[in-house]
Amino acid sequence: MTIQIRNTIRFLLNHRLVELADVSPVETLLDFLRIDRNLKGTKEGCAEGDCGACTVLVGRLLDDKLKYESVNACIRFVGSLDGCHIVTVDSLAQPSGPLHPVQQAMVNTHASQCGFCTPGFVMSLYGLWMENPKPSISEIEKALQGNLCRCTGYAAIIRAAEAISTIGDVGKDPLVVERERIAGELASLQDGRRVEIGSETERFILPGSVDDFAAVFEANPKATIVAGSTDVGLWVTKFMRDISPVIHLTHLEELRRITVDADGVTLGAGVSYAEAYPIIVEHFPELTELWDRIGGQQVRNMGTVGGNIANGSPIGDTPPALIALGASITLRKGDRRRTVVLEDFFIAYGKQDREPGEFVESVRIPFVSDNARVAVYKVTKRLDEDITAVCGGFTITFDAGRVTDAVIAFGGMAATPKRAANVEAALKGAEWNEDTIERAVAAFDQDFTPLTDWRASAEYRQLVAKNLLRRFYLETQSSGQIRLDRTIAVAV
Amino acid sequence: MNVMQPIGRIRGAVHENERHESGHKHVSGTAEYIDDIPEPQGTLHGYLGLSQRAHADILSIDFEAVSSSEGVIGVLTAADIPGENDISPAHKHDEPIFVTDKVEFHGQPIFAVVATSREAARRAAAKVKIEYRDLPHVTDVLEAAAANYPLVIDPLKLERGDIEAGFAKSKNILQGEMRIGGQDHFYLEGQISFAIPGEDDEVLVYSSTQHPAETQHMVATVLGVPSNAVTVNVRRMGGGFGGKETQANIFAAVAAVAAKKYRCPVKVRPDRDDDMCATGKRHDFHVDYKLGFDDEGRIEAVDAVFSARCGYSADLSGPVTDRALFHADNCYFYPNVRLRSRPLKTNTVSNTAFRGFGGPQGMVGGERMIEEIAYAVGKDPLEIRKLNFYGGEGRNLTPYHQTVEDNIIGRIIEELETSADYAKRREAVIAFNRENHVVKRGIALTPVKFGISFTKTEYNQAGALVHVYTDGSIHLNHGGTEMGQGLYTKVAQVVADEFQVDLDRVKVTATTTGKVPNTSATAASSGSDLNGMAAANAAQQIKARLTKFAAERWNVAETDVVFEPNTVRIGAERLSFNEFIKIAYGARIQLSAAGFYKTPKIHWNRSEGRGRPFFYYAYGASCSEVSVDTLTGEYQVDRTDILHDVGRSLNPALDHGQVEGAFVQGMGWLTTEELWWDAKGRLRTHAPSTYKIPLASDRPRVFNTRLAEWSVNREETIRRSKAVGEPPFMLGISVLEALSMAAASVAEYRIAPQLDAPATPERVLMAIERLRAAARQKG
Repeated sequence: MTIQIRNTIRFLLNHRLVELADVSPVETLLDFLRIDRNLKGTKEGCAEGDCGACTVLVGRLLDDKLKYESVNACIRFVGSLDGCHIVTVDSLAQPSGPLHPVQQAMVNTHASQCGFCTPGFVMSLYGLWMENPKPSISEIEKALQGNLCRCTGYAAIIRAAEAISTIGDVGKDPLVVERERIAGELASLQDGRRVEIGSETERFILPGSVDDFAAVFEANPKATIVAGSTDVGLWVTKFMRDISPVIHLTHLEELRRITVDADGVTLGAGVSYAEAYPIIVEHFPELTELWDRIGGQQVRNMGTVGGNIANGSPIGDTPPALIALGASITLRKGDRRRTVVLEDFFIAYGKQDREPGEFVESVRIPFVSDNARVAVYKVTKRLDEDITAVCGGFTITFDAGRVTDAVIAFGGMAATPKRAANVEAALKGAEWNEDTIERAVAAFDQDFTPLTDWRASAEYRQLVAKNLLRRFYLETQSSGQIRLDRTIAVAV
Repeated sequence: MNVMQPIGRIRGAVHENERHESGHKHVSGTAEYIDDIPEPQGTLHGYLGLSQRAHADILSIDFEAVSSSEGVIGVLTAADIPGENDISPAHKHDEPIFVTDKVEFHGQPIFAVVATSREAARRAAAKVKIEYRDLPHVTDVLEAAAANYPLVIDPLKLERGDIEAGFAKSKNILQGEMRIGGQDHFYLEGQISFAIPGEDDEVLVYSSTQHPAETQHMVATVLGVPSNAVTVNVRRMGGGFGGKETQANIFAAVAAVAAKKYRCPVKVRPDRDDDMCATGKRHDFHVDYKLGFDDEGRIEAVDAVFSARCGYSADLSGPVTDRALFHADNCYFYPNVRLRSRPLKTNTVSNTAFRGFGGPQGMVGGERMIEEIAYAVGKDPLEIRKLNFYGGEGRNLTPYHQTVEDNIIGRIIEELETSADYAKRREAVIAFNRENHVVKRGIALTPVKFGISFTKTEYNQAGALVHVYTDGSIHLNHGGTEMGQGLYTKVAQVVADEFQVDLDRVKVTATTTGKVPNTSATAASSGSDLNGMAAANAAQQIKARLTKFAAERWNVAETDVVFEPNTVRIGAERLSFNEFIKIAYGARIQLSAAGFYKTPKIHWNRSEGRGRPFFYYAYGASCSEVSVDTLTGEYQVDRTDILHDVGRSLNPALDHGQVEGAFVQGMGWLTTEELWWDAKGRLRTHAPSTYKIPLASDRPRVFNTRLAEWSVNREETIRRSKAVGEPPFMLGISVLEALSMAAASVAEYRIAPQLDAPATPERVLMAIERLRAAARQKG
């Protein structure tokens, strides 16, 4: 099979088609907008995908359906945008014309003070409004987890979000009205070719297919694979690392497939957290809260489960839960594939069971037995959009009041996401009661020697890990309120 | 001459809910911040090179890799500074732009790279090779004291009554200590300056600064030119909160030095992480207190030392630690009192102004003392608060000998207790805690009294410039800066109201040292108090000239010349404002005026610790209820009710926003915002990924904010309003106190929880563990 090559990337920027031949692999969308295109509406607040001042919408196709999602332009590489539609705040209202309903709502409710975060909030709310014109407060809060405001205290912004549909009709929004035409335009940009831009230290590749990706990576085993760029983006913006050659993969629809069969779920490595969400909620409802607390909405729209695993972080959000569920991954190098149980993939800090040129192709999450109870607890300094201090995943199987099996994995407690082998052993075969729990709690000291850092002290981590097992037990006993109730009715 | 019916009212008068003058631009991305200003061709970019040691001698610096890096034009060091290598706002000469032989904190600027792009400058700066010889360093307040580190500035002592006698007659004496963390401003727009060189010695600097006059002065000093050569402009900041009061100066100075040296426009904008490492923050405090009180909980004597982590230089630490002492009494009368500040030097970034300016730390210390007494005598802390409020014969004198004359805290508390249903909810919380062993609740109602005026008396002055053009449109300029607080909107409302024209006839233009000179920082909540009065004064001067002219021309008494909505009534006749202005111009009436204001009544003698530093006080109270997970220490604020005093509000909608925003920012300071230095003296919480300010989902689940609509400033402030910037920040204290109560529940409320700030989930959990252990011991 000969692969055809294109040496430009093509995307829609607001109302125009852009074609670029000369792009650095480390050029961010934010710098491209502000410096190259003089579109100054989008702001830089942190350059690490945490504050949301740079939020723009990116529309992309999956099975010919076009969806717009909020993303952080500061850590999104321009090279990854082939075939996408980028919508920035600059295009929402004409200088002479009326404001967009989202913008008008923000003005009406006095939702801007210094105004610097405001364009980002407008874009996040616009993305939400198109999908969900009458969102609940908690849906609004979720959409805004990735947007920081230091002035308003947020109440006015929430009031604005609630008022948008009283100002405008989403059915008349240009991106809704024009959806089919734009989708057609984007589809016409997809020619199945491999894109190669630049050379040597300034090189990036968009493979034409997954097979092509496997071939390209095998031939360039030192290449940096970029999926959602929620981590690699920071290698560039914060550590100024050279990452060339880069291989992008989120444009590959094949890698964004989700399959559900009788025994479990398989997620392609390019599936974003947001794309996986409905499946998680349906089949693994115990992971819903965890999923809601991964980054902010922009990060969930960009980041992938595959990337979360492949980068091997000891504080990644998904590995503890996935290990507890018995997940495995399929690694591919060229045409060869092998399957690895997830916990075995993490060897040591910064070291995974992945050969040069080998990549994570998919993640398999099996369903648990009816006798098993699953729980995931993520503990952080701030409830939302924060990185794990301690995260525990539990799958405990019962038979007639006894524990028949226990799989418990923690993040934030060791150099890798790690199972609590001694705790598990203390539980297995034992009666499910407080004495057993306290015996198992003591085993944490054998399993883990956590570190102290700015997220938490070693002492706190160890105590919380123990308490999470206690919580798991209490939840099987159901006495009184044992979790914070974040759904308390909010009157603003 | 038209005879017309008067229009009912002007649009955008004072006391109305006018929208922020830039609101429509904020939402459409067209509000221009300094990084958005079109760059002239040839614009260069500067980037600071920062120390990688907390305290060390610099043995050598090798710039070769920097200079040969792509796009680099040059490197600036101390040797390139034509004037003084110092920007100490305290005039202590302790704050170099670039250090030469010794670094005193991790992140201290050593040099700057100038290159053709910001990216090139930043990458080049990282390539420097510096040889250091490490010296012992201290980042913590108590360690600094133990290591005999010096004070960065003279301390303050406030004393009243007889402290020894006070303790002698106290039935109960209690001692304790508290740690209160600092806070990063986290303005969304980082520090930035853009300098454009002019003729001769001139330079124009766009700076994201709250204090253009000082920035101008610093740039002039650093360049070695008179102030008249330097113009500093700022249209708006993307947030300031005190973080751009003095901290903008270095970026302006470096941009200006580079611009003059290379004769090109130069922009300097640090990355967020470098911004957070290299610029000052709210001071961390340690409070050492001794209390005397009777069995009812009435305070007899207070002796406290407030030690502050000031960082390596004085900056504003003097007035900041002073203000901590000024607010350690909050709303409470201390019959015998001694309060001392200890502004300690540390090997950390020099701490600076931040909303409340030390006042919040003082007040948190005061509220800790109240809490201690409450647990000691076994009462609701609110009872102890009420028992000790200022008021009554001989109970109105503050520790600095100013008499509290405008006390309205009693009414505020009473109204809030009712509207928040405090008593019933406290009972419900206690009942809930009896039934539930994992989730515990807490509720607290805390007051605020905050003194308004700069304690540096000379800062309490302001200027404004008003032009009326021949078409009747009005140009307004004043010394205050816009950082989101709505100052431009409010002052424009004042001017529109003076002339009785619709608000859209008034344009506020960018703050610039070229139009209004020698201005004070937009700080200390003073913006609308000072600039509103100065602008009103300018408008009144023009009106007086117009009135005199009209009286002469139409031959009526001056009292028969009245400015009515968009018209001027002269005797029996009525002209449109625009028409009248045209006639006045034709008659050669001066249609421009410079206004001025200075705050009356205030005086302060620091060495004696006596005076009237504050023109008046602003009051408020908040009631917060929280839920705490006692397995992890995680928590949420279930409900907050606020009643806050802004006098007769100039703009209730904007003031409402200030109160809500300040509360959430104050709550963040006391909960999840934690500054954490490692053993090497590096700040490790230097980005939003590690430093956690509140999110939308952190705001109280139920959040009721009201302004005390009945309040009128008894002093003659602008339209009897009160300042709003800082006072509501301290409403966040109710969250800390509520968390504290939830923790106390695990020991049946018998032990003072002594929950320090910030009350991160970790600190809350550890307090709970400590209380459980203590309760077990007590049996």
